[in-house]
Amino acid sequence: MRVVVDRVSKTYTDRLGHGVAALDDVSLAVGSEEFLALLGPSGCGKSTLLNIVAGLTAPSAGGVYLEGGLAPGRAATAMVFQEFALFPWRTVQANIEFGLEEAGLGAAARAARAREHVQLTGLAGFEGKYPHQLSGGMRQRVGIARALAVDPAVLLMDEPFSALDAQTRQLMQEELLAIWERTRKTIVYVTHNIQEAVFMADRVVVLSRRPGRVLATIPIALGRPRTEAMLGAPAFAAAADRIWSLIRSQAQAALREGMA
Amino acid sequence: MSARLPVPDRTRALERRGHPLVRGVSLAALAVLWELVTRTGWVPPLFLPSPLDVLASGLEMLRSGELVTHVVTSLRRIVLGFGLGALLGVTVGLAVGFWSLAEAVGNPLIAATFPIPKIALLPLLILWLGIGEASKVAVILLGVFFPMAINTYTGVRTADPLLIRAAVSFGAGRLSLIRKVLLPSALPMIFAGLRLGAGTALLLLVAAEMIAANSGIGALVLNAQNLMETTKLMVGIVLLSLLGVCSHWLLARLERLAIPWR
Repeated sequence: MRVVVDRVSKTYTDRLGHGVAALDDVSLAVGSEEFLALLGPSGCGKSTLLNIVAGLTAPSAGGVYLEGGLAPGRAATAMVFQEFALFPWRTVQANIEFGLEEAGLGAAARAARAREHVQLTGLAGFEGKYPHQLSGGMRQRVGIARALAVDPAVLLMDEPFSALDAQTRQLMQEELLAIWERTRKTIVYVTHNIQEAVFMADRVVVLSRRPGRVLATIPIALGRPRTEAMLGAPAFAAAADRIWSLIRSQAQAALREGMA
Repeated sequence: MSARLPVPDRTRALERRGHPLVRGVSLAALAVLWELVTRTGWVPPLFLPSPLDVLASGLEMLRSGELVTHVVTSLRRIVLGFGLGALLGVTVGLAVGFWSLAEAVGNPLIAATFPIPKIALLPLLILWLGIGEASKVAVILLGVFFPMAINTYTGVRTADPLLIRAAVSFGAGRLSLIRKVLLPSALPMIFAGLRLGAGTALLLLVAAEMIAANSGIGALVLNAQNLMETTKLMVGIVLLSLLGVCSHWLLARLERLAIPWR
């Protein structure tokens, strides 16, 4: 399934009643089975854009369209949240089953689907645990399993690993890529981490600071499957440098703005 | 030659210990002291009967069946009033917390009626419902309803917006959202409300029984005072204390069962 973002703008009203432009005339398309990274400095509206694609925020102008038919019983999109957003009163198994319950699946079908995704995400043996009993990495596995369980055509990920420590993040990135190789979902992956974006994505869309505009779309010339060795590849460094040169001044401006 | 400075443990004063021995002795010491003061004739038994006499009197009342009648009557009133009040309070709290229209209707009403001391409504309730059980149950119901409604409302309003968004992103409808996100989010506040409500319920039970009842623990205490039967009066007070302790313990058990993720 393709995602088309067509001239989307978003203006918030802040507490004083002033309009704050978060996104300004953003257009982009995500191809079927593509892994697209949305990258930008903090406060560039990249999470807002993802929320608009998820239907959790309404755009002020423009629209988002999902193209290509949807098989019955499949969700169009599912979201993986930065802060996991697991239900603390549900066990791992029950968290994974949440979306399936809302989709109206019977108990047996839910359990079977949950078991499959417990295996896929490496959660075997943790089915009966509550989120607070798990480490950050394990919690986000549950978040990923919960989203994948509804078999979404498009997987939306909002800085899914930024709350994790660096070592766990690296491992989780590789695991996510392995899952992606097997499931070939269309993925829209929001991050502020250049290395992460280049390592994971087919294309990186670079957004400017607020109001977010598309600065450039950078195709990543690295093969699949991605391996750790590619972190030292010339194509990796070239893409990362190009992106950094694009957003360096943006990030500096954002930093100064934050101090004012 | 450099000097060595030992690093002191600065947290020593903050240390808290269990003191298990003191815990065990504290209550027993009060009983012994009480027994001593009365046994030596320091305090006349009309003012303060000895604990052993109170115990003996309690056993006697248990044998004659008098105690059971009072306790059963009181229990029925409090369980009914508390249960209905809690149920109604949680329902209204959920509705007012979720639907903005219900909030617009309910909040001013609750704000206006909440400050009324509920015992002041007993005469009116007797007028409406008669002197029988209904008016006593109703006054307890009202006393429990408000803390429950307000706490449930607060619990719903302070539910993590991220979890609400997550639920909605997976297609949760209104009823799903209330049942699977808002209600469990509000459970800790609901249990805080139940503990508050239990105290209020006990207070209103005794007050209502003192004002307008022939049986029940409150009536027992008041009648005993009228007849200068201080021992019986003390039996009533000990019973009320036991009732309070038991309800607290029961609610704590229930809370652990209902909120296993904490």
